[in-house]
Amino acid sequence: MATITEPPLKPKDFESDQEVRWCPGCGDYAILKAIQRALAELGEKRENTVFVSGIGCASRFPYYMSTYGFHTIHGRAPAIATGIKLANPKLDVWVVSGDGDGLSIGGNHTLHVLRRNVDLQICLFNNEIYGLTKGQYSPTSKQGTTSPSSPMGSLEQPISACAFALGVGARFVARSVDTLQKHLVPTLKRAKEHHGASFVEIFQNCIVFNDGAFSDFTERDIAPDRQIHVEHGQPLLFGAEKQKGLRIKPGSLQLEVVDVGEGGVSVDDLLVHDETDRNLARLLVDMEPPDFPVALGVIYCDPAPAYEDQVTARVDGACCGDLNELLRKGRTWSV
Amino acid sequence: MSAKGPNASGADGNGAGSTVTPHTDRTREIRDETVIRFAGDSGDGMQLTGSQFAMESALAGSDIATLPDYPAEIRAPAGTTYGVSAFQVHFGSVDIKTAGDELDVLVAFNPAALKVNLHDLRIGGMVIADESAFTDRNLKKADYESNPLEDDTLAPYQILKLDITRLTEEAVKEFGISSKDARRSRNLWALGLMLWMYGRRRKATVEWLQQKFANKPEIAEANIAALNAGHAFGETAEMPGDVVGYTVAAADVEPGTYRTVTGTETTAWGLVAGAQAAGIGRIFFGSYPITPASPLLHVMAQLAEYGVVTFQAEDEIAAMCSTIGAAFAGALGVTSSSGAGVALKTEAIGLAVGTELPVVIVNAQRAGPSTGMPTKTEQSDLLQAVHGRHGDSPLPVIAANSPADCFEVAIEAVRLATKYMTPVMLLSDAYLANAAEPWAIPNVDQLPEFPVRFRTDPEGFQPFLRDPETLARAWALPGTPGLEHRIGGLERNAETGDISYDPDNHERMTKLRAAKIAGIADDIPPQGVEIGNDSGAMAVVGWGSTYGPLYQGVRRAREEGLEVSHIHLRYLNPFPRNLEALLKGFDRVLVPEVNNGQLVTLLRSQFMIPAEGLNKVRGQPFKIAEIAEAIRSRMG
Repeated sequence: MATITEPPLKPKDFESDQEVRWCPGCGDYAILKAIQRALAELGEKRENTVFVSGIGCASRFPYYMSTYGFHTIHGRAPAIATGIKLANPKLDVWVVSGDGDGLSIGGNHTLHVLRRNVDLQICLFNNEIYGLTKGQYSPTSKQGTTSPSSPMGSLEQPISACAFALGVGARFVARSVDTLQKHLVPTLKRAKEHHGASFVEIFQNCIVFNDGAFSDFTERDIAPDRQIHVEHGQPLLFGAEKQKGLRIKPGSLQLEVVDVGEGGVSVDDLLVHDETDRNLARLLVDMEPPDFPVALGVIYCDPAPAYEDQVTARVDGACCGDLNELLRKGRTWSV
Repeated sequence: MSAKGPNASGADGNGAGSTVTPHTDRTREIRDETVIRFAGDSGDGMQLTGSQFAMESALAGSDIATLPDYPAEIRAPAGTTYGVSAFQVHFGSVDIKTAGDELDVLVAFNPAALKVNLHDLRIGGMVIADESAFTDRNLKKADYESNPLEDDTLAPYQILKLDITRLTEEAVKEFGISSKDARRSRNLWALGLMLWMYGRRRKATVEWLQQKFANKPEIAEANIAALNAGHAFGETAEMPGDVVGYTVAAADVEPGTYRTVTGTETTAWGLVAGAQAAGIGRIFFGSYPITPASPLLHVMAQLAEYGVVTFQAEDEIAAMCSTIGAAFAGALGVTSSSGAGVALKTEAIGLAVGTELPVVIVNAQRAGPSTGMPTKTEQSDLLQAVHGRHGDSPLPVIAANSPADCFEVAIEAVRLATKYMTPVMLLSDAYLANAAEPWAIPNVDQLPEFPVRFRTDPEGFQPFLRDPETLARAWALPGTPGLEHRIGGLERNAETGDISYDPDNHERMTKLRAAKIAGIADDIPPQGVEIGNDSGAMAVVGWGSTYGPLYQGVRRAREEGLEVSHIHLRYLNPFPRNLEALLKGFDRVLVPEVNNGQLVTLLRSQFMIPAEGLNKVRGQPFKIAEIAEAIRSRMG
């Protein structure tokens, strides 16, 4: 029997007919492009793909995809996505959320979807601000953020999305930046290829309410010294000339930045990235400029059985009961 | 369960239950019906004792109804009044529709149990008490200044003081079990005595004990010995002279195969039967533990072989949302909770209304507001079910009236949800969830089918195009090529489903959502009358678990010559088409509810009729006598 092979889809094939309505210059445009590209490069099918979002600027995302989509309610996308996967594990389900959606109102669901390890790609667009409601500080805003709801500066300590994810048992934690297409696309593809809950924090610039929130490590001239792109099996090197590295500070459980070739430090003295090492991942996600570079890439990946596989194996394995028999089980009597 | 024949006097509960027919032999008198309550500490096994007695009675051919009453505390301090657990059984040869108004027999395992329950015992009724539990310490905990078994507290009643503890210990001593374990068999000794008193067999209980303690045969044997000892105690006439045994004839019931069921079980099975009738292979049950709804989660969790996926969510919101997600992906989505939990689900229910997805929400109502009285029954979430959402967001609301009825109502909830692509609220309550009654087991192969048709044809597909008759949109599942679409909480174009802020479209969609639900009135049976004429001086109108007392109360009033009818609603939104005309055929409409007046508010506002409420909010069902008296006082 001849099989007809359809031509693989292009990034453009994943665009819906809806007009994209984010602010001009919003980082979300770049992320949309990156996800469409990742899907095309992975050879994904529109009909098997579902985007689920909550509420917020990022959550408009599903409307702009030509796949199945569900724009739900604030913070609840992980719960709805869990229901979708448990009803039909064959679907490829992506969750698009933001820092307010996923870490404030929906923090509880983010926690549980990660610890259950439902096979989803969870993309958290972190712009450190509430955009759609016009600029209030968010749970990831830096302390002192001036906003309409914090005119004298916010007092709250921000949450670290990746530290949270690791803390609640995520098996895949990655980070990238909206403007780094060449980094973001492969990172998203890794997330898709990971079977289980994949958590990807994407630093996303809000040009209207929080412009430049990440410029201290994304500006072109300083980026090489303020970012480290981690790769499994490779030494933790960064800097324009890869002249800097990370090692464990002797006599401590802390990282330190060292200059390779100085003070007798060679590449062999540096840490080699092991993405299955949860302790290393914890150290990496905590790094902040200016003392440390921001860690980007697949920081942690250590697969475990996916929740919905285990659930459906039990249910499918139990098939198929006769309801008439069930109703007559136990003590009955006839009149 | 209906009873017919010479014994069907229609008496139900109250003192009428003690009707004495001249006895046929020296030791056994005949009873048409009897109400027994077992009461003790929450650790004394009262629920098991009561339900086992109910089972033996049902097996002997009695009609039965039961009422469990247990404290919110899992293990309240022993001997305290707030730690008392009770189980009431009403059984007889007549048509039993309620758990009974007043007790004929109270079995009290300690002073606190006597204190809490004595006021429900009819004058002349019997107290059976374990006298060894009436110690100074226990009397003090129950706030008795002197021993009620010794003073004149029990003067209006018949007393049977027995040292059940000692008698049990003697019965089980040969098994060498600890004195603590021996003491724990007290309930079985008492059960044995009660089974003797009402001429019941012990076979089912023996088998149940052997099964339950299969891994601890010495405990099983000790319990059986205690059971037999209690029975023998009655049999061998160790009883005081005025205590006799009774004979309760079998009830005259429809032929069939029966079992006892709680509303929890029938709801679960009805959901499975409904999914099968709809041709849906996967049921998704997302829930978060809450009293008194959790037992439904437990039963559903045992139904994997019927395609049920249970998901214990992290909270009520996730339970609702996962259910919506599952419905989007093609499963029958079901969630359950009680009122306070439903409140948490409310925003998501609005999403299900807006996206028009088929889900069933089961609310086992309890006394509220807030935590209220979690183990006590109430009907106070009706207005929440009908109106309790943001925006104009109508959905069908239906209610079950008995444990057996839960089966049919659950099937109907599935039918409405899938046919009309809508969330459906199924109202149950703490009483229905826990109470047991006999059930004529249906043949599920003979139930009507209502197969769903998932959309697969891309030709002309639009996610919000509607069936012209039902106004339901198509159910198009992710995974279907060519039907890719987006849905969401934002208002959507009436056809394409694209985001729309157009004023005309929003008005059109609001009206369409309302018309779809209102149109269900054409797809449900016209409202009938349970008992009485379809017009007259007074209609007693109820809904939900008040069915039994309302039916019997109206029957009693009619026997007294009062022209009154009983109407009981299953469909609360929309109401049946003929309900307005039906109610307007009565001079008065009385609406008894276990709440502060909710159905009465709906009836008054929708039909502009001067309906009058009769409200009881005590965490307990109505008594028949209360209904009969309310009718009498208005018509007499």
